[in-house]
Amino acid sequence: MDWSIPKFPLDTLCDQALTWLTVHLSGVTLAVAGVIANWIEVSTAALSAVPPPITIVVLAAICWRIAGIRPGIMAAAGLAFLWNLRLWVPTVETMILVTLATSAALVIGVPLGIACALSRRVWRTVGPFLDMMQTMPSFIYLIPAIPFFGLGPVSACFATIIFSMPPVIRLTALGIMQVPRELIEASEAFGSTPMQKLFKVQLPLAVPTIMAGVNQTIMLALSMVVIAAMIGAGGLGREVWRSIQRLEAGAGFEAGIAIVIVAVILDRVTQKLALRLRPTGQAAH
Amino acid sequence: MASQAEPQARTRIAVQAVSKVFSDQPQKALAMLEAGETKDVILERLGTVVGLNRVSFDVAEGEILVVMGLSGSGKSTMLRCINRLVEPSAGAIVVDGTDVTRLNQKDLLEFRRHKFGMVFQHFALFPNRTIQGNVEYGLEIQNVPKAQRAEKALAAIEVVGLKGWEAKYPNQLSGGMQQRAGLARALAVDADILLMDEAFSALDPLIRRDMQGELRQLQRKLGKTIVFVSHDLDEAIALGGRIVLMKDGAIVQIGNPEEILLAPATDYVRRFVEHIDVSSVLTAERLADRGVAVLRAGHTAAEARLAIASCQQTSWYVTDEGGRLVGRATREQVERCTGTIGAVMEAGCDRVEASATLRQAFARLAANRDGVAVVDDRGHLIGTVTHRGAARALARDTAGTAAASAEEARHGLVHPKISA
Repeated sequence: MDWSIPKFPLDTLCDQALTWLTVHLSGVTLAVAGVIANWIEVSTAALSAVPPPITIVVLAAICWRIAGIRPGIMAAAGLAFLWNLRLWVPTVETMILVTLATSAALVIGVPLGIACALSRRVWRTVGPFLDMMQTMPSFIYLIPAIPFFGLGPVSACFATIIFSMPPVIRLTALGIMQVPRELIEASEAFGSTPMQKLFKVQLPLAVPTIMAGVNQTIMLALSMVVIAAMIGAGGLGREVWRSIQRLEAGAGFEAGIAIVIVAVILDRVTQKLALRLRPTGQAAH
Repeated sequence: MASQAEPQARTRIAVQAVSKVFSDQPQKALAMLEAGETKDVILERLGTVVGLNRVSFDVAEGEILVVMGLSGSGKSTMLRCINRLVEPSAGAIVVDGTDVTRLNQKDLLEFRRHKFGMVFQHFALFPNRTIQGNVEYGLEIQNVPKAQRAEKALAAIEVVGLKGWEAKYPNQLSGGMQQRAGLARALAVDADILLMDEAFSALDPLIRRDMQGELRQLQRKLGKTIVFVSHDLDEAIALGGRIVLMKDGAIVQIGNPEEILLAPATDYVRRFVEHIDVSSVLTAERLADRGVAVLRAGHTAAEARLAIASCQQTSWYVTDEGGRLVGRATREQVERCTGTIGAVMEAGCDRVEASATLRQAFARLAANRDGVAVVDDRGHLIGTVTHRGAARALARDTAGTAAASAEEARHGLVHPKISA
């Protein structure tokens, strides 16, 4: 007797769903992708055209304003080193990609996190998806991205957004849910509407936790950049990818160090920002 | 009793048979409560937690009502039902003629904004706002213009004695000061009902006592109606108002501190009040022995001698025609007397105010062998507190003091016959 149970056609089902979606949606998504790709190209070209010293000084100044003098100096030194390594253009590309992906992840993630915190039902629905988004190997997102957005930075950006969004959703929800019960009661006792409660009490008090989520999201986005290079995203990821294919350890190390430098700068700045937005309202200078 | 003798104040809050059952389907549990089942039985049979069991009480205009009980007695739940931070399952709560339980969401917000100020156990100050920002919160919610908001907030901050601290953040203030800020926030909205949830429980004992005293003063000055939740009977007594004693979500006894101390309704209350120092609760007025013989300053020697003829004592209090205590005369003085008593008596004598507690009267008692005179706020002699009376009160000889003083109160001062 044959006890074997026929294989459940998960792969086929998934492919069929994707095909259906591609047929019906790809027209729109490809058009959008075109616009975004164009925008990325133009802004990369523009930023690369500015003499690097000026960009370095401006970025360092921003770091200084936000995070203080030491991160400012660190940013200036780190970026100058990247320029010296002749990695300036890939660095700019990477930063634009990360900025774009992170902004999109925040624009979607923060409201979704708020919705999760306020509605148990939303939280229960979104939760499993977050688990899946975080544990699914990140390469997998690249495959469906291509039919929708074509090869290149937009697909990379899309995959990065998906991969990097969960922390900000989770931590936004967590931050709001962690606001002490008594403070919520106080705001209600004085007759706050749900909106007043959200904007005057819950969100301001959740800011440090939300900022921790933002930090995580940026770091994840940066780590995804390398993987995204496999489908034609430019930047430092491509340098790494090229070194792997050519077995050039030195060049690979250079590109790797470059990513580390960008990561450290972004991390310090966002962490300091989180500290400054602490609910005690005291600036951490 | 003292509280009933006062003119009837308007009822501000009427809590009418309020029950709270923590369940999606409260009907069954409510029916069981109605049938007289206890909290424990309902928990066992239905698995439903009963928070409040048909609680009813009134809060009068301008009083401090203390809702007291141990944790789990439902006192905080009761308080939160008044402004519906907790939804009551059954019953009505009428505040100034409006049944709060029937308000829709929009009207409820309005009601909360203008009727109630609430103070919390752990202060519940918003850490991201300055003290002024915190105090302004209620006004901000009402969309009061900025200038007016600041003005009212600063006034409230001054009332609670935090002037000069308005730009600080809560974590820069001590616990006592933080709670003052919490009080200011509740005062700033001009609501005349204050709901205070264990407001002083998180403070050091000394600070707590100060705050209790200040709250009483503030209440007298501003005439707020206060519902104060506490687990501490000493605090309930110190606040001086009526006490609603709760256990297992139901009321065990309602009364002023003296009634609860001297006539506990159940064994539970008795155990509760056992450790309480009676001497700090009983007032001289309550203890005063009103059957004391007095002489009038205007009495002639003959009248006085006639009056004391049948008395065993050795000295008498002397009052003027209006009943004000003016001095004391001994038997010897009366017998030596040729003109009026007023001329021979020892003018001025030790006395305690009617509102003084027994504890405050102890020093006077120690200094006077024959007890000490009790006078009201206009100086009229009410009676005397004797050593024996004080000792009996401390021994909680309640039948003695309560019955005796009620009896004597009816008769008033005993004057020697001839003064009529």
